[in-house]
Amino acid sequence: MPALDAQKMTERLRAFVAAHTELPEAAVQISDLRRLAGGSSRETWSLDVEFDRAGRGVGPGRLELVMRRDPPGRVGDGDRGLEFRVVRAAHSCGVPAPRVHWCCTDLDVIGTPFYLMDRLPGEALPRRLLREDRYAKTRDRMTAQLAEIAVQIHRVPLDHEDLVGLPRLRPGASPAQVELDRVAAAVPELAAEPHPALVLAERWLQARLPEAHRTTLVHGDYRVGNVLFDEEGVTSVLDWELCKIGDPVEDLGWLCTHAWRFGSDKPVGGIGSREELLAAYAAAGGGEVDPAHLLFWEALGSFKVALVFIQQSWVYRSGAVPSLELASLGRRTAEAEQELVRLMEESP
Amino acid sequence: MNDEPRAEELLRAVERFLEREVVGRLEGVPKFHARVAANVVAMVAREIETQDEHLRGEWDRLTELLGDDVTWPSAREAQLGGLRERNETLSERIRSGDADTEPFRTEVLTHLRRTIDDKMVVSRPPRQKG
Repeated sequence: MPALDAQKMTERLRAFVAAHTELPEAAVQISDLRRLAGGSSRETWSLDVEFDRAGRGVGPGRLELVMRRDPPGRVGDGDRGLEFRVVRAAHSCGVPAPRVHWCCTDLDVIGTPFYLMDRLPGEALPRRLLREDRYAKTRDRMTAQLAEIAVQIHRVPLDHEDLVGLPRLRPGASPAQVELDRVAAAVPELAAEPHPALVLAERWLQARLPEAHRTTLVHGDYRVGNVLFDEEGVTSVLDWELCKIGDPVEDLGWLCTHAWRFGSDKPVGGIGSREELLAAYAAAGGGEVDPAHLLFWEALGSFKVALVFIQQSWVYRSGAVPSLELASLGRRTAEAEQELVRLMEESP
Repeated sequence: MNDEPRAEELLRAVERFLEREVVGRLEGVPKFHARVAANVVAMVAREIETQDEHLRGEWDRLTELLGDDVTWPSAREAQLGGLRERNETLSERIRSGDADTEPFRTEVLTHLRRTIDDKMVVSRPPRQKG
């Protein structure tokens, strides 16, 4: 299917929403459909929907929505239907996640799978969080809030009907081992040069493999750059596409990973300390976490960041995406390697 | 032999042009990409300026670590090929557990830190402090 222009896409979405709300198309108006900045692996679009009478699941009135979809040509990378159900499960369990409305995996509608959810107010840029005076209170509160929200995510029951399709670990498998093996195997497949620092990091991590005391829903990309916030604190957690079942400490370690500190010294997204994070996690009922367990996932986080840079450079070198930005990112692998060497020197 | 200016000087001229004449006239995504382009040409200039010293330093440290005595090749391609091969050898030794114990562990870490610091001098990420 050729790419649709915004007008054609608006018409298709209108028919889709009308069908899902059991309304005639004349009762549904869609306006102001436009693509939002950011998101290379997913596109996000903003749109408003007006219903002139009540339909199935909607009252008369206006919904301000976001559409999240695969970029054209990238279909099959992840599962929008599963992501939709995971966000619905998290929202139904009280996690501050967007309310989702309808999901479409039929490629004939707009060419790629998509789903629609509420558009929430709030700021998303970590640089603003770190620098602007009006977010001073948010900076003070956010570490504890992120710990409390993590506890809520990790409490979503694994037998929730919307989580049925999530891949399960083999019985007895160690989530840490599974993730370490995945990352370590991908590096030599994609990198053009040997990376002895990453080979050493793999052995260092292998020797520190933690035992997961429990397996839970894991957000999978839990970091300050994936939340919305206002002057009072976190308003919503976004970007659920890497959600999985695993070791809950993985989310806390990723939150502390060096790449998300934006030049600040504070480990939790540039705003808080590990001690504060773990204390708030325990106080909210998430249980005690051994700092060595956290450190393992934080270090594996830097290993994953190295892999992401190597991957981006590989995408460029493969000729698939002739982007100057992708081309330049391969050189940033050194940042993650530097952090790993620092951690290994600190903790023999 | 080419005439002056040298390659790195030409790249610095491109960097200045992009930063002073182009970035300020653009908005949004093109502005961001112009800035990335300025950073990339500056990175290449730094690589040209430091490459001899960085490659030779890495080579000499690897000679010490691996205890071999391979002659430093004169051609750039042979230098890069030799470094790739010797980094594979180092990786193999790490994989076999040689760097799990002292003193080799600290020697390897010291070498890696210096090699990565050199890479950072070239890539100079904008967020790096200091």
